[in-house]
Amino acid sequence: MINIQVNGNQIQAKEGETILSALKRAGIKVPTLCHYEGLPPTGACRMCVVEIEGFRTLVPSCSQPVAEGMKIQTHSQRAIQSRKMIVELLLANHPDDCLYCARNGNCELQNLSEELGVRQRRYAGGKKNIYHVDLSSPSIVRDPAKCILCGKCVRVCEEVQGVSSIDFVGRGSKTHVGTAFNKGLNVSSCINCGQCIMVCPTGALTEQTHIKQVKEALEDKSKVVVIQHAPSISVSLAEEFGVKPGVDVNATMVTALRMLGFKYVFDTSFTADLTIMEEASELVHRIKNGGALPMMTSCSPGWIKYVEEFYPDFIPHLSTCKSPQAMLGALIKSYWAEKMNIDPKNIFSVTVMPCTAKKFEAGRPELSQNDLPDIDAVLTTRELAQFIKMHGLDLGSLEPDSADNPFGTRSTAGKLFGASGGVMEAAIRTAHNLITGEDMKEIKLKDLRGFKGIKEATVKIGELEVNVAVVSGLGNARKVVEDIRAGRKNYHFVEVMTCPGGCIAGGGQPLNSDPEAIKARMKVLYDMDRDEHLRQSHDNPAIKKLYEEYLGEPLGHRSHELLHTSYGKRDVLI
Amino acid sequence: MNESVEKILQNHPGAGRDSLIPILQEVQEHLGYLSQDAVVAIGKHLNLPTSKIFGVATFYNQFRFQAKGKYHIMVCRGTACHVKGSLKVLEAIQRKLKIVAGQTTRDGMFSIEVVACIGACGLAPVISVNGEFHANMTPDKVEKIIEACRRKDQENDAANAQP
Repeated sequence: MINIQVNGNQIQAKEGETILSALKRAGIKVPTLCHYEGLPPTGACRMCVVEIEGFRTLVPSCSQPVAEGMKIQTHSQRAIQSRKMIVELLLANHPDDCLYCARNGNCELQNLSEELGVRQRRYAGGKKNIYHVDLSSPSIVRDPAKCILCGKCVRVCEEVQGVSSIDFVGRGSKTHVGTAFNKGLNVSSCINCGQCIMVCPTGALTEQTHIKQVKEALEDKSKVVVIQHAPSISVSLAEEFGVKPGVDVNATMVTALRMLGFKYVFDTSFTADLTIMEEASELVHRIKNGGALPMMTSCSPGWIKYVEEFYPDFIPHLSTCKSPQAMLGALIKSYWAEKMNIDPKNIFSVTVMPCTAKKFEAGRPELSQNDLPDIDAVLTTRELAQFIKMHGLDLGSLEPDSADNPFGTRSTAGKLFGASGGVMEAAIRTAHNLITGEDMKEIKLKDLRGFKGIKEATVKIGELEVNVAVVSGLGNARKVVEDIRAGRKNYHFVEVMTCPGGCIAGGGQPLNSDPEAIKARMKVLYDMDRDEHLRQSHDNPAIKKLYEEYLGEPLGHRSHELLHTSYGKRDVLI
Repeated sequence: MNESVEKILQNHPGAGRDSLIPILQEVQEHLGYLSQDAVVAIGKHLNLPTSKIFGVATFYNQFRFQAKGKYHIMVCRGTACHVKGSLKVLEAIQRKLKIVAGQTTRDGMFSIEVVACIGACGLAPVISVNGEFHANMTPDKVEKIIEACRRKDQENDAANAQP
């Protein structure tokens, strides 16, 4: 520990840490734009400058290490003036259309401008470059005019996800963030994860919204509009309404969805249970019959596209199971339509997902029946929150309700899909039952929980020792795939989630969520698993009924038709 | 894949990202520009994403991504030419050809490149068309030069058409 003086007060800092991290711990807020927790500092934006005694110039606190006896002024007039000037210069080259911007009200640049008291445009004559909005991607909209070149999207894409579909293009005042050959994002290597949206301080990166399509369908009297919500929505939605992170609003969310006009509300966690039945069976089948091992999960659409682009030789390793969203989509327009005697053409199937890549998944041609897409529109958590606010509903004061049958009952195993490690834990519980005919004695698998990027375990199922790995963040997935390819690792089953931490930290989740909020979301999911009784997918009575009534058995003929899919190599600019 | 690009890459076995610029220069030397295929091949060889290579290449004026035109116009934007009004000259050429620096017209006739200094400051503002220098340029003069190139090309075509 070393002692530094900040604004006249003594505080303690750790050897080797940056001034910014010491300040954060001491509760002193210094604004940042380019700072990215967990990655090395770049010092690009200079918002975090502080005055240090003995230093001639202002110093960026994000990259300057602390030193014994340092005397720091974080909010001296000079520092504040400098920050204000930076914001004014950024605004000189920024559109003035805040009222029409998707980030109106939660824009970091807007907030800073407000905090620093910018009240007039002091620098005029900027904005020499004309940019076009890139609407080509089914998931992400890029508006380079609103970009302030902080570089966080470039870094998350390269350093966290290992995809690198965007980078700085050009030089000097013409620099912008773009794809290779300035092509549309849809033909780049982008996997639609939306992590760039999560780190973007302005409205330069936003999701491709489906609210309009949903509204139109709700107004169309000939349509039966149904909606399904993913496991991680109910534990994050409340944050959009100012509730502290870590509160599950499943019951009131269902009410809200009904009040918005959705005729039937289904729970995607139900098909998460179904995924487990199929996937665990597939794993057992592969182990017994010498199929491609390790088997890798297929619920995360960003990961699937990543394999199709970067590792097409690993396609046989992907589970053929559709994602829970796609499974429910397929069931709604077949089994359910038949049961309810509704023409599938008149069903408009909406989903709420924590994910922008799900919008891309919904458009996959293989996920359709008779040229009718299984899913018609995908809303992110953010879009749902906006939709609810638009209708003046107050989540806090609604009566609780529950999802509709036959897709409304779920086990907590299905709910665990929301967190990294959850799919694996749920699958092992069911695989154990499938192989040995008995349930595991201790179904809590501690080694597979938490935020570590790569988690490993060996689980004993009967006589069988199953090596498993749980990976989140595609940068980590790349490491694991390379290890497998080189023969350094010998797994049977690998769970991969595109976003670090899993769907609770997905690209469709509330913006500006800090790591503590994401931890709180994970905790609620595991608390549910601890407290509720129905904890294993194969115990779910609704799942049993579906197999009895319609599907037959896992991996059976109907399952293959409705619940399994195939993947193909993708030629993109990687 | 272009053979010359393959050959260039073979001459850099085990190369890392620090070899990127020399390789880009060699490829451009051979192809006249950096084609998409070439960038993808370089990316595979150096284990670099194409977006990164494109980012590096667009940082420098020397790299272009379209094949040069039949008439390659280099516009000097060095200090002396700048003082004598080379920006107006460049803008006139861009307006006339309806392309910007770094691009090639659709018929493949003209391409524009901006260079920092051709080393003929006494002739400022200066342009060069296929290596031939034109001194004391004005927007009017460059338009005439472009029209002259077009005329010359048509005459050549006509001459070639008659057996």
